[in-house]
Amino acid sequence: MYKAIVFVTLRESVLDPQGNAVKEALHTLGYDEVNEVRIGKYMEVALDTADRSQAEERVKEMCEKLLANTVIEDYRFEIVEG
Amino acid sequence: MKVGVIVFPGSNADVDMRYAVEDIMAVPVDYVWHSTTDLSGYDVILLPGGFSYGDYLRCGAVARFSPVMEQVVKAAAEGKLVMGVCNGFQILLEAGLLPGAMLRNKTLKYRCKLSRLRVVNNETPFTRDYAAGEVIDIPIAHGEGNYYCDEATLAKLKANNQIVFRYEGENPNGSIDDIAGICNERGNVLGMMPHPERAVHTWMTSDDGKRVFTSILHTWREKNGVTAQA
Repeated sequence: MYKAIVFVTLRESVLDPQGNAVKEALHTLGYDEVNEVRIGKYMEVALDTADRSQAEERVKEMCEKLLANTVIEDYRFEIVEG
Repeated sequence: MKVGVIVFPGSNADVDMRYAVEDIMAVPVDYVWHSTTDLSGYDVILLPGGFSYGDYLRCGAVARFSPVMEQVVKAAAEGKLVMGVCNGFQILLEAGLLPGAMLRNKTLKYRCKLSRLRVVNNETPFTRDYAAGEVIDIPIAHGEGNYYCDEATLAKLKANNQIVFRYEGENPNGSIDDIAGICNERGNVLGMMPHPERAVHTWMTSDDGKRVFTSILHTWREKNGVTAQA
């Protein structure tokens, strides 16, 4: 059994209004060293499979089809023992 | 002529859409549930606003895989008129029927107000009853209407006259090039964030949205050689 840990973030070229608002808030709190904040999504996908390479292939497909919108988002994932 | 208003779990502007069709176009209109697998009986398909599937993951991301969407793609390929408003626009983007994607409004605020638009392209089946460059008032109600596409796509949209509406004056969401509505290359699929169905009577503050519906009707009549009835 494996688990996919999926991270989806806005592409670098895309403005992140939420991240900007959080950055401003951190500055207000005195954390002046904060240059940028990017907000993304974290997903855990439990997989009923014993085949690691097949899991990787299918999770990539899931990301492309549904979990991320590649027009505006990047994704990366790790497959871990679940 | 028959109009289908697609209803997803979480749609909430379906009733407004239906009344607008009945009041302005005076043609038969059905609610069509998202699980439907046959749209062959409909000439015009409308995707209403709302929060389909709770807008979970991304707006329109889950609705796009509803059984009915395969049929919407098919209808668009057949040249039928397909219009998505607000959440309907987001679904058309996720489905790839229109290019680009939606981001959270730049201000992070949900904007619910009358917005001023310019009719950039009045040669589409949805805007033929407007004058070129006409300025109209149509309400918006969205938190994620910040239309985004890359530079190459934007250049293509401009070159093909696919930008149908732009915000005039204040851009309420930060969309690229002030875009409020776009169509596909062929011109038979329109997506727009403002709600024309909520501006079809003067008591609604504006009736500037009316002509989206009359345009659709006139396009259909012309295509099918039907003369206007009294």
